[in-house]
Amino acid sequence: MVSQVTSMSRNGVSDWLVQRVSALVLAAYTLCIFGFVVINPGIDFETWSGFINTTGMQVFTMLAILSTCAHAWIGMWTIGSDYLREHTLGSGATTLRFIYQIGCVLIIAVYLIWGINILWGNN
Amino acid sequence: MKQNSRPINVGIGDLASFKWPITALTSITHRVAGVVLFIGVAFMLYALDLSLSSEEGFINLKEMMTSPLGKLITWGLLSALAYHFVAGIKHLVMDMGVGETLEGGQFAAKLTIFFSAALIALAAIWVI
Repeated sequence: MVSQVTSMSRNGVSDWLVQRVSALVLAAYTLCIFGFVVINPGIDFETWSGFINTTGMQVFTMLAILSTCAHAWIGMWTIGSDYLREHTLGSGATTLRFIYQIGCVLIIAVYLIWGINILWGNN
Repeated sequence: MKQNSRPINVGIGDLASFKWPITALTSITHRVAGVVLFIGVAFMLYALDLSLSSEEGFINLKEMMTSPLGKLITWGLLSALAYHFVAGIKHLVMDMGVGETLEGGQFAAKLTIFFSAALIALAAIWVI
């Protein structure tokens, strides 16, 4: 088995499982939000914020944000390790891939903190 | 050297010389849609923030989303989401052992294109 510190997970099996569990959470959240928007045409602020600010939706939204972060990390990591490689890009590939991964982690961290701030910082 | 034990994947430079069977096309599109959504999360969080900030913020967002550029971004993100969703469901179904033959994979790829195209068309109608 190949292990790399930059994978940031124990192994591919845990990545595989996390990718699917987070996908299910995101699929359910997507259907929930679209369902609400579709059954409330011409939705106003009161209805929308009333819906999102219920405890249940705050928890669901937080779960969706966490799932997005995990899902995006595994996806972006996979893409980086598939395409930013030595045999096509030369010896600089590892450095480039490392910078790419740091960039992805930073963006994901910003999304997470921003998301938490939106959910519990507005009121 | 651990690097040597890793499988060799394709590079960007090899793309032109490839044949692109339908299964490969639907797979790479799933990735591209994923990257679009990764960037799109910034737009979604911005929209969520504005929509919950205040009554004016909500109305501002509605105006933005009904401008030509706003409609294009909304439709673009909805399309990426629709495709990634459908292709993701296909993955989950195949994980359960359904359609793992070559013919099954090709049929699943066609279904992915059919359902995502339908959702993308619906998204266009909804946005307009």
